[in-house]
Amino acid sequence: MSKSAAVAQSRWLPAVLGLGSIGVAIAAIEGLIRAGLINRFIVPMPSEIFLAFPRIVSEENVLSRFLLTISEAFAASILVAVFGIIGGVVLYQHKLLRQATETWVAAVAAAPLVLIYPLYLVIFGRSATTIVMMGFTAGVAPTVLKTLEGLSGTRRVLINVGRSFKLTSAQQFWKVLFPSALPTIFVGLRLGLIFALINIVGVEFLINFGGLGQLINELSERYDLAGTYAAICFVVLVSICVFVLMERLERWLRPVG
Amino acid sequence: MAEAGRLTAQAPRAAWLRPVTWLRIAIIVAVLGTWELVAASGLLYRDVVPSLAAIAVALYRTLSDPAFYLHLGTTFYEIGLALLIGGASGLAAGLALGASRLLARAYEAYLYYLGPTPKIIFFPVMIMWFGVGAGSKIAMGAISCFFPIALSVAAGMREIDPVLIRVGASFRANPWQMVTKIYLPAMRHPVINGLRIGLGVALIGTLLAETKLSNRGIGFLVIQAYSLFNMPQMYALLIVLFVIAIGLNALIGRFGGLDNIKQL
Repeated sequence: MSKSAAVAQSRWLPAVLGLGSIGVAIAAIEGLIRAGLINRFIVPMPSEIFLAFPRIVSEENVLSRFLLTISEAFAASILVAVFGIIGGVVLYQHKLLRQATETWVAAVAAAPLVLIYPLYLVIFGRSATTIVMMGFTAGVAPTVLKTLEGLSGTRRVLINVGRSFKLTSAQQFWKVLFPSALPTIFVGLRLGLIFALINIVGVEFLINFGGLGQLINELSERYDLAGTYAAICFVVLVSICVFVLMERLERWLRPVG
Repeated sequence: MAEAGRLTAQAPRAAWLRPVTWLRIAIIVAVLGTWELVAASGLLYRDVVPSLAAIAVALYRTLSDPAFYLHLGTTFYEIGLALLIGGASGLAAGLALGASRLLARAYEAYLYYLGPTPKIIFFPVMIMWFGVGAGSKIAMGAISCFFPIALSVAAGMREIDPVLIRVGASFRANPWQMVTKIYLPAMRHPVINGLRIGLGVALIGTLLAETKLSNRGIGFLVIQAYSLFNMPQMYALLIVLFVIAIGLNALIGRFGGLDNIKQL
């Protein structure tokens, strides 16, 4: 094994390099701001941002805002799961409907749907309903497509086994099709939930209502620089934790082999 | 039997005669009809669902207004520059990550997890750094498209046939020649796919920033229509936006040859 390959395969070196270079970059920014080379009224010192964390947690009700965002995401997720899976099943069972609308659903999934948030503001008002509906709108199309893909990908031999046992349509669906499609449906749900969460936090920020998105907007309007940066870091960390959690959940639920 | 089958075989039906076409027409007619009924019934608040005729008039007025094209030009300028900056930096980062396993293991996870975070939350920072003008919108678009392009290029580079890389090395190609003669042509499809996704998210980032704080651009027009409660114009602008977004997406896919990828 060459030296470079051995270095690349080392267990700790890449992690140390990644974290170390981030640490060096943070220290360099701190030094440049203290030296006056970066304007501290545009970029606050990393140490100030770090110190702002406990302040925003205690003074800005971060926990209740976090719970509000999560509850909005949960409500949107339920809608995404119910309508997305039912939509995919309906399209699978009606071939003609599928042929007629599958490209439309794909176009909706690729469209920049978040831009219709002013329309939802008019319809639902400046409320949590707008935020939840925006999350649902963004997440439902990928879930429909993945459910459809999963059901269509069921192996012919499994369907034939079901037929040879003379299963009814309902039994065929619950005993053969649905279990076989479950891994792909979870991929779709994960995608749908990620889209929903992105849109929920984004719309909270844009309409200045709700949980964590609103927190960033409020702090920036108060020109609380360190607080704004700390809140952004907090939202990024929360997003990453949710994505990692969903990935683990998907892996755990996926059947072995 | 075979002979009889051949004798009775029918020529394929014209596209407009197929049941799928009829079902599509029926769905469109049903949706438009329901819309018109709701608009006429007044079940929802006045003007929330304007009549189709009002939307068509607003669409005509919008498209025949020279000021609209100035706003459209501003948005295209911002998205174009965002794609150029974010795309070039994403390409460079993707090439670096794809070429080095060490760099990929050290940094790719950060890009992978930062990629799906809502980028609009960085807008206050962009305003502080680049001001309230076009700069902050371009920066928003550039940040948005950087991640999918970098990840797509890095993944595409790892898929390159090692034989091609050995051919380049045997010809003693320098790094620039390797990039332009081997890597980029060999991973054309992932790069174009990344650009296609990048364009979509750059468009969202730029337009959302325009709706938040701007006095020009299509995003500004949408939020202005909301402020004035001019619903027909808002629907007209959203129709234009979706047509542009889906059209550009299809155009990149077609010219990039994504439709012609052979499924092996």
